[in-house]
Amino acid sequence: MTALTGIRVLELANERIAFAGKLMADMGADVILIEPPGGDPSRTYPPFLDDEPGDDRSLYWWHYHTSKRGIVLDLDDESGRATFERLVASADVLLESEPTERLASLGLDYPRLREIRPDLIHVSMTPFGRDDPKSDRPATDLTLLAGSGPVWNCGYDDHTLPPVRGLGNQGYNTGCHFAVMSALTALLHRIASGEGQFIDVSMHAAANVTTEAGSYAWLVNGTIVQRQTGRHAAPVPTGETQVLCADGRYANTGVPPRTPREFASLHAWLTELGLEDELPEAVFLEMGAQWEGPFNLSLIGKDDLITAIFGAGREAMKLIASRVTAYDFFLGCQRVGLPAGAIYAPEEAYEDEHFKARGFQAEVRHEDLGRTFRYPGAPYRLPASPWRISRRAPKLGEHTEEVLGALPGEGH
Amino acid sequence: MSGALAKYRICDFTGQLAGAGATKWLASFGAEVIRIEDPVREGRWDILRGMDPFVDERRGIDLGGAFNNHNTEKYGITLNLRTQRAREILAEIIAQSDAVTENFAAGVLEQWGFGYEALKRIKPDIVYVSNSGFGHTGPYRRFKTWGPIVQAVSGLTFTSALPDQPPAGWGYSYMDHTGAYYMAMALLLALIHRERTGEGQWVDLACTEAALTLHGPALLDWTVNGRPTRRTTQPSSNRSQWPPMAPHGIYPCAGDDQWIAIACRNDAEWQALGEVAGTAWCSDPAWATTAARVADQDRLDARVAGWTAGQDKFELAESLLRAGVPAAAVQRPDERIDRDPSTEGFGLWPTVTHTAIGEVRVDGQPVHFSRTDWQMRRGAPCLGEHTEEVLGRLLGYTADDVAALREEGVV
Repeated sequence: MTALTGIRVLELANERIAFAGKLMADMGADVILIEPPGGDPSRTYPPFLDDEPGDDRSLYWWHYHTSKRGIVLDLDDESGRATFERLVASADVLLESEPTERLASLGLDYPRLREIRPDLIHVSMTPFGRDDPKSDRPATDLTLLAGSGPVWNCGYDDHTLPPVRGLGNQGYNTGCHFAVMSALTALLHRIASGEGQFIDVSMHAAANVTTEAGSYAWLVNGTIVQRQTGRHAAPVPTGETQVLCADGRYANTGVPPRTPREFASLHAWLTELGLEDELPEAVFLEMGAQWEGPFNLSLIGKDDLITAIFGAGREAMKLIASRVTAYDFFLGCQRVGLPAGAIYAPEEAYEDEHFKARGFQAEVRHEDLGRTFRYPGAPYRLPASPWRISRRAPKLGEHTEEVLGALPGEGH
Repeated sequence: MSGALAKYRICDFTGQLAGAGATKWLASFGAEVIRIEDPVREGRWDILRGMDPFVDERRGIDLGGAFNNHNTEKYGITLNLRTQRAREILAEIIAQSDAVTENFAAGVLEQWGFGYEALKRIKPDIVYVSNSGFGHTGPYRRFKTWGPIVQAVSGLTFTSALPDQPPAGWGYSYMDHTGAYYMAMALLLALIHRERTGEGQWVDLACTEAALTLHGPALLDWTVNGRPTRRTTQPSSNRSQWPPMAPHGIYPCAGDDQWIAIACRNDAEWQALGEVAGTAWCSDPAWATTAARVADQDRLDARVAGWTAGQDKFELAESLLRAGVPAAAVQRPDERIDRDPSTEGFGLWPTVTHTAIGEVRVDGQPVHFSRTDWQMRRGAPCLGEHTEEVLGRLLGYTADDVAALREEGVV
């Protein structure tokens, strides 16, 4: 068994909450995705299999609904609502991101659902929280991240360029991470006490507490961080950390050398590449390597020699980067103990030997197409309760008969 | 003791945000999280301990603002694990714990004699969660990372950019936060598994893998269709990835460095924007459909930016929202923390009391539970603040015993 085997989760289809259901389904929960007649709109989102739109060809849908079973239920219809109540009686968790008044207007809000299933864990995720009227105003991943802090932190030194939102629905993802952490916490409480409860997740709040110094610099002493190219937003400008490599890719230099041993390793690497003569500051690297005792880092910018040594470290890394590929720079730095990294595109990371060796590439059989596809794999490894994609995303209503037919009481 | 997780005790070696953020969640729901710190190096394996921001001119190992933010409601004890006596005490604590958590580089805890096999001998059903950049297997298992490196190697830095610019990246350690969320999920899952089977396990969490899963459909577009995200130009990440939307971007407003985000999901929202703007280009038939607007986004964005520039970001967002168009002012920290009813009203910034720092606000949790909600009242522990209390309560040591241990350099 896996951690959530036998835990039944009902998910009311909505693009915002889809990832939470996937996280639980891939850990073994019996997630039943409930769609209205006609299906959820995100079934039609690109990209498409072979770039051809059509039923069950949306890779967006494929990704967010792995390991779930799908049924169609019309909650606007009385018999649909009665069926939903029977389903709730069989469920442990409800995940939904409906408009705040929607379930109450159907007579299916938490007070009613609790009568049917007293230990139900009802997770409601809305843009601004259940009691905030802003939750029913239009919002997207972009507008949520703009209002909640992440966008303010991201962008370029040149502030005539707009701040930046990263791709991948990270605003939705962050909300879903908290929805799942909440559901699992409430499950542990239910195991201990037998009690269920209602959980109110705010996506705006979730992103607000996911901005590192963006929030705590202000909370602690009223400082406002400013965005900087490819590195942490900070109250004052910091040194560049992104370097352009010989293959046109970028790398992140991480923390430049700070100990005599690191200066020695960097100097040795520079020499090995035959680049020592091209770096006028190489002599300072040697001085860094021969430094006795730890450096007083607070003297960078104040003491001329220490400033020159640390400047030489950065210059050496830039020079090496310009002569090797981003991949060789990444490996070379890590081999001498410097935490640098190649700035990979997602597919380059996915095909990297490390992740392949760890088995990150998950194979999923699409028996309807007679094909097997590679998916992103496990976010964590629990050997006694393994993560697994147990089935491809469901077609519309694919499991309606199977799920409803197995409910106790009269058939449907 | 109360709270959803009050029955659990965590023996916690985590540091920074990627680890400490995970046990912060558990502590805020009542778990007893005991931080183990090194008295000799004053707990500096968590570099945030004595680092800025600071509330005032005072500096010191107990005064770091970020450390306080990430370690609320935890206990802190010191153990000098170079000594045999401290290792024995640690084993006694582990024997009474439900989980051991750490985010050292792979292999560090094992070098101290507390690898998974040793932990199991002490407590057969222990849950052990390791969080590292690349995990405990694979060719890069010895590599070192911090948030920006995880983001670089996993593709998240690359997919945050404007065209013809270098990657913008995330501007903060998104993957330290998110690595902590995955660590919390993994720990909770392993505890649920133990409740249901009686079995513990060693969880291997690699932050780079957690990060890779966050690209979702983009990776399927690669594996299924062979389409890379690295093309002739960078992705323009302020535009919509999927589904198609246009306009969809971040546009300038009146004032210094003021911006608004606007997204039109369909033609109706585009028409609604046109009614707010009241300008001719909004009714240009060439831009009547989403497909046409997406195909002509450079020109469209220039038009929209010309219209938003000079307007107040909050007033314009309000007009657009009232018309049914998704929009939001890009909020600065002071605006979203001190002047936003949606965060203050949610109780998102609780004030905690830290023994040395005093009263200070911290990041709360963005959720509320109807029965067993989180609470944050205590700040992070000062170095060794609870050594006497914890060794007394758990192991029956007297104040004199602890004083003797301190004398011997054990705690």
